Amino acid sequence: MSIELLAFYLFASVAVVAALGVISLRNSVHAVLSLVLTFFSIACVWLLLDAEFLALALVVVYVGAVMVLFLFVVMMLDIKVAATREGFIRFLPVGIVVAVVMLLEMLALIGVRAMRVAAPSDPATAHGMANIQWLGQALYTRFLLPFEVAALILTVGLVAAVALTLRRREGVRHQDAARQSQAQARDRVRLVSMPAERNEESRP
Amino acid sequence: MHDDLILVAWTLVKVLAITLPLVIAVAMFVYWERKVIGWMHVRLGPNEIGPLGLLQAFADVVKLLIKEIVVPANANRFLFFMAPLMALIPALAVWAVVPFGQGVVLSNVNAGVLYLLAMSSMGVYGIILAGWASNSRYALLGAMRSAAQVVSYELAMGMALVCVLVLAGSLNLTAIVNAQQGGLLHWFWLPLLPVMVIYFVSGVAETNRAPFDVAEGESEIVAGFHVEYSGAAFAIFFLAEYANMILVSFLAPILFFGGWLSPFPTSWGLLGAPGFFWLFAKAFVFAFLFLWFRATFPRYRYDQIMRLGWKVFIPITIVWVLVAGCLKYFHIVTPGA
Repeated sequence: MSIELLAFYLFASVAVVAALGVISLRNSVHAVLSLVLTFFSIACVWLLLDAEFLALALVVVYVGAVMVLFLFVVMMLDIKVAATREGFIRFLPVGIVVAVVMLLEMLALIGVRAMRVAAPSDPATAHGMANIQWLGQALYTRFLLPFEVAALILTVGLVAAVALTLRRREGVRHQDAARQSQAQARDRVRLVSMPAERNEESRP
Repeated sequence: MHDDLILVAWTLVKVLAITLPLVIAVAMFVYWERKVIGWMHVRLGPNEIGPLGLLQAFADVVKLLIKEIVVPANANRFLFFMAPLMALIPALAVWAVVPFGQGVVLSNVNAGVLYLLAMSSMGVYGIILAGWASNSRYALLGAMRSAAQVVSYELAMGMALVCVLVLAGSLNLTAIVNAQQGGLLHWFWLPLLPVMVIYFVSGVAETNRAPFDVAEGESEIVAGFHVEYSGAAFAIFFLAEYANMILVSFLAPILFFGGWLSPFPTSWGLLGAPGFFWLFAKAFVFAFLFLWFRATFPRYRYDQIMRLGWKVFIPITIVWVLVAGCLKYFHIVTPGA
């Protein structure tokens, strides 16, 4: 057994155990952290497949940004343990339906791949290029239009999210940083010259 | 199988050859920081332990290691002890792709810059978990400040890196240095001057150093996310922070100042030849800047940090990605000339 196979089994089993932890741990912060561990193990598995761009993008986007926000929300919530356990039976039918559909899809995928006699080799390695270079060339030449459309949709989504939460309120004072940094000492402090004074008692 | 084992053992040796000098460099950097800030305050700095006080940092380490670790009541014990490790592991793992010279690198991966971003975004977990697991208001406030700051400055840093990638045409750090060959004026600091400044300032903000150290602003929230930590657990946070500072000081020369390339023409003999000492000398200058900033600038107000990151740095970097694209497209900057 080669080191790579050993590493695959290690990462895969960590991913499965962590995924089980996500749905079974009682402490919701622990559950979020085990979801982070799942993502990270899957990224390691992808690295073994030479898909370094996908793996690192998964870590940068999901582990580094999305899950941090997730963790924040969960930390701020005061979740009663009993209340979260109640939903388990209620949502079980929906969960089973989703699991069965996913199982069927996976089996279909495995079936389609098994029907091919020889699996197509990785086009990037066939051309002697790095995975990330191949992906970049494909995205910016063949799939340029879909790529740009996707970017536009994301930008629209971003602007829409900001527009939804933006409200103009009356009577709110805003700070103007440009004016703040332009303030001079003579605008705020007035130096007054006056003759020296002495109290009656302190006079010798 | 046998070859695999030898490969693993050899990699472990190389990992140790990077990690141990890094830890010693952190100790000497702490000593140098206290010395420099002492001189800037017209004090002597540490001067009692060892010649010139050189052993001060090691004495501090011994002191920290034999101190008791106090766990707060109702703290989440598991996460409380996991948090320092979550801070330290990415800080050390990131050094795997840093090249110290032509071919002197643990892992010469093609997606090196992406790996840097991935690992530095992992570091924030240590801070958040430390804040939450301590069961303390100050720690939680510090963790929230720090996480918001790190996440926002990561964007500016990432966009600054994109400019370098556009000019170098590669994500590989060795290839980025080789793209800057040809002398002082061919280094990327000149076409990317504003981005270089933004990269380093974002690096200071990412490592939670002064003047961006609101996460541990002692005047407001005591010591921020590590207020409840003592002894060895605190020492690990300290080690991670300083390892990250040294990393930023190494990356700035690699990305913008020609890495191990010499600033002098090749006709100057030894001075004109590339060598690891050039990289270390340049990194030393940037490491010194961290200390200089700390002794010079007052702490930024929290809302101003956010304003600087989102409203100043990110727009400038977005514009400069366009400028870098034009520079490359019209062959004004040609890599590896």
